[in-house]
Amino acid sequence: MIYIKDVQKIFSSKKGQVKAVDDVNLEVKEGEIFGVIGYSGAGKSTLIRMLNGLELPTHGSVTVAGNEVSKIKGSKLRKARQEISMIFQHFNLLWSRTVRENIAFPLEIAGISRQERLKRVDELIKLVGLEGREDAYPSQLSGGQKQRVGIARALANNPKVLLCDEATSALDPQTTDSILELLVDINERLGLTIVLITHEMHVIRKICHRVAVMEGGRIVEIGPVLDVFRNPKAVITKRFVQQVTEPEETKETVDHLVDLYPKGKVVQLGFVGESAEQPLITNLIRNFQVTVNILQGKISQTQNGSYGTLFIHVDGEAEEVAKAIEFIHSQQVGVEVISNA
Amino acid sequence: MLNEWFPNVKWDSMWEATMETLYMTAISVLATFILGAILGLLLFLTSKGNIWENAAINKIISAFVNIFRSIPFIILIVLLIPFTKLLLGTMIGEDAALPALIIGAAPFYARMVEIGLREIDKGVIEAAKSMGAKTSTIIWKVLLPESMPALVSGITVTAIALVGYTAMAGVIGAGGLGNLAYLEGFQRSRSDVTLMATVIILVIVFIIQFIGDIITTKLDKR
Repeated sequence: MIYIKDVQKIFSSKKGQVKAVDDVNLEVKEGEIFGVIGYSGAGKSTLIRMLNGLELPTHGSVTVAGNEVSKIKGSKLRKARQEISMIFQHFNLLWSRTVRENIAFPLEIAGISRQERLKRVDELIKLVGLEGREDAYPSQLSGGQKQRVGIARALANNPKVLLCDEATSALDPQTTDSILELLVDINERLGLTIVLITHEMHVIRKICHRVAVMEGGRIVEIGPVLDVFRNPKAVITKRFVQQVTEPEETKETVDHLVDLYPKGKVVQLGFVGESAEQPLITNLIRNFQVTVNILQGKISQTQNGSYGTLFIHVDGEAEEVAKAIEFIHSQQVGVEVISNA
Repeated sequence: MLNEWFPNVKWDSMWEATMETLYMTAISVLATFILGAILGLLLFLTSKGNIWENAAINKIISAFVNIFRSIPFIILIVLLIPFTKLLLGTMIGEDAALPALIIGAAPFYARMVEIGLREIDKGVIEAAKSMGAKTSTIIWKVLLPESMPALVSGITVTAIALVGYTAMAGVIGAGGLGNLAYLEGFQRSRSDVTLMATVIILVIVFIIQFIGDIITTKLDKR
């Protein structure tokens, strides 16, 4: 559906040249929710803006839904853009128009008749759950409602691709979740390909199938979300993964626990996919002469399976503890011994 | 009682002068609105980072606007006499004031339009582009509606300035209340006539401001 080939984007300013996007190759499949994560200045914004021609690559080509966006111009580009819609961090609604009129705007651009417009707008309002707010102005809506208008507006012309430019970054956590659920729902119901950029790993974990991690204009890591969570390679990816798997205070808590249990071992277990559903702890206690103390744990759900971390304290004869840890290894569970008392 | 306080005022000529002033104001406001909006749009669209970015055209329009905005109106009328004569064949009467009024006010208004347009959130223009909107669609359906409160409050201020300009134009023969106040009032030392003309001008200004404020508030849904 989307092919990004050898793309480079250089911005020239008085101070010199900045490589915003550097040598990026990417393919997004039809019906996929693809996430790009990176800190601000990583080039992800420039990258997504090249997908609808708001930004042109300095080198390379961008093809979306059969159109070489980086090459076409004028009316061809405008036509292509109707199939590649976008939602924004700050919603970008027209304050002078009501909800209904805002959603009708792309239909006006596409030259749809008034009667059909009204019909389509009503469908969209139902789809995003804004019944009863049709005649409100954006200033009378909450952030979440504004983004729903943004989504309805983006879906008006039955696009093939939806680009989300930090679409939930201005929303509170609860509203973020409801918007993300709406996006998944749309993806499943309409088979829409979604590309989103964000700096929140939570968003990636919640809805993306695949993820690319960007740093300094380059993609440093790419793969299915679960694989990236299971085995993050780049330093920056590890940091992003920590955002969701470990609460911020984890390190302090673990340090505290190590002090608290001078004997035995504090072990961090990493569960991925099916292994998260096996009775590991039970097997451990039944088969080995050890005591197991569960200290802290968290399981996160991603689009292709669950991922979790669990901190346990294992105590007993040194030999038995070693055997127990050996056993955990054999269960395809990630093990990291944190303390050696 | 009015005749006691204003013994020298001829009400029928006062009425006629009021109509002339209103006529000059109305036509020049309308033309200024259109011409100023066009100039303002061009200033905005050709500026850096916008749809028709073009430094040369932007500089030319900007220079034109600045020059005509800086010339004192009374001098502009005199400077434009040959142009007015060429255009209308005369330099006397209310129509003869119109070219100077419009050329004096449109650049002033164009700057206000430009400021109003600059206040539009860039993201909204980008959103329209991302939907595949043509430039004409962006102008008519995004730029103008989204800046309309600023455009209306700007034209209100400009209209009030234009009422003042018509009075000045009256002094050199354009008719209207300024003409009446100068010829009948000042030159014949009938200060009651000058006072009455002033009062009527004040009322016109207040009404314009009032209407402008109502429309601005009504339009602004932010």
